Amino acid sequence: MTTCTLKKEEKSPHSSDDLKSKIVTLKIFRGDKNGGSEVEYKVPVEEGMVVLDAVHYVQRSIAPDLAVRWNCKAAKCGSCSAEVNGKPRLMCKSRLDDFDLSKEIKVYPMKSFPIIKDLACDVSWNYEVNKKITPFTPKPNTDWTMSQRDIDRVQEFRKCIECFACQNVCHVIRDHDLKPKFAGPRFFVRVAGLEMHPLDAADRLEALKNDMGIGFCNITKCCTEVCPEDIHITDNAIIPLKERVVDRFYDPLKMIFRKLFKER
Amino acid sequence: MATSIIERPKEKFAQTQRKDLWWLEPLVYFVGLSCFLGYATWAAFQGKNYEWGPYLSPFYSPLITVKWWNLSPAFLILWVPAGFRATCYYYRKAYYRSFFMDPPACAVSEGCKKYSGETNFPLILQNIHRYFLIGATVLLCFLWSDVIKAFNFNGHFGVGMGTMVLFANTFLLSMYSLSCHSFRHLIGGYKDGFKCGFQHDSYKGVSCLNEHHMFWAWTSLFMVGFADFYVRMLAMGIWMDIRLL
Repeated sequence: MTTCTLKKEEKSPHSSDDLKSKIVTLKIFRGDKNGGSEVEYKVPVEEGMVVLDAVHYVQRSIAPDLAVRWNCKAAKCGSCSAEVNGKPRLMCKSRLDDFDLSKEIKVYPMKSFPIIKDLACDVSWNYEVNKKITPFTPKPNTDWTMSQRDIDRVQEFRKCIECFACQNVCHVIRDHDLKPKFAGPRFFVRVAGLEMHPLDAADRLEALKNDMGIGFCNITKCCTEVCPEDIHITDNAIIPLKERVVDRFYDPLKMIFRKLFKER
Repeated sequence: MATSIIERPKEKFAQTQRKDLWWLEPLVYFVGLSCFLGYATWAAFQGKNYEWGPYLSPFYSPLITVKWWNLSPAFLILWVPAGFRATCYYYRKAYYRSFFMDPPACAVSEGCKKYSGETNFPLILQNIHRYFLIGATVLLCFLWSDVIKAFNFNGHFGVGMGTMVLFANTFLLSMYSLSCHSFRHLIGGYKDGFKCGFQHDSYKGVSCLNEHHMFWAWTSLFMVGFADFYVRMLAMGIWMDIRLL
């Protein structure tokens, strides 16, 4: 185990003096789909270190067989989702100096998905859900002209990096395991981006209600709380979609209006 | 370097690895909503001490007195704002977490298997929120009328502390209604494109208010309770109104 050495001029607002010779205790889940255990590792802390760095230290210096999925280490690829001290988050965006280093830090794989090995989960169910969504379908004879004010809303949804932290934290999936009936917040974001697109002509509202189970969402906003891209998933995607579903299926006046004027 | 082996346990109710004070938020919601519900129910059942001088308690506005109704007149009114808040997208989060524990907090186990969300009766009725919004908007017109009346002291213009309280209450209730998610939908959210800049600007303005819907929800809840309390204390002679003008 190496000892951290820092230059004096590299002092951070988080008191690098405190970080010098600091050792953090990481408790990492080790195991697979058949079960596993929590294993304790001691990691020397350096200034600016994130949880993924600490996990990499363990992989490099202590346990080379530790499985962890990562790619960019810049909070853009969405690969390193895990549960750090019980909260779904990106390991590369979780600075160690935001934690109380005198206490252990627990790193677990995402609870809502089957474990492949250690911190790597099988998230393939999400891709299966994605395939069922009607893709962008342009209106016939579209001239491909859009004004900025019409695509402001849609652009927010394009920030999604598919880390699946929202899918992991959503209690409909996490606690009730309603995966076959419920698509989850990530895919409500995708559908919102398509449904609100000014040039899209497809209708996904019936699928949203019946196949994607938007009615199971009870607006507890955990998806918004954990989103590393700060997408307002509940307020800007799910609730507007719920309101559109109400327009179609639950608003008696709108239903009468549609009957009278033969509108959809 | 492995020093301890602990099997990952199956989670029960409120089980979590979170180390922060996750229980504080639902507790605050529970206490806040319970206090308001307790006070509002008590005040509604009183059926008296709801007006003093030019002031009328918002729980009793508009004042409807009919012979066939033997209960407090507040009950003819309160079902509208009660329904509006009960089906509100923000309050749903608050009470699902604090009263139903569904979930108590993010990444905290519920320990409960049966769940149908808002797909079955009675929670499917949450979908009529927009109709309560319309009802609450009608009541707001009466509340603004009460504010105007609160400037009239025996035919003379005046401003009392009660005028300010009623004004603040009605302003906050208006902001709460304007920041409503259903209103945001009705004003432009249902469209895929905006035909004119005015519609887009209106939608943007409401969206801006909507970002602070929680703030308007709590401040208006506190203020409507306080406005009733202020008028009630005046009517009971517990304190005197201060005339500012």
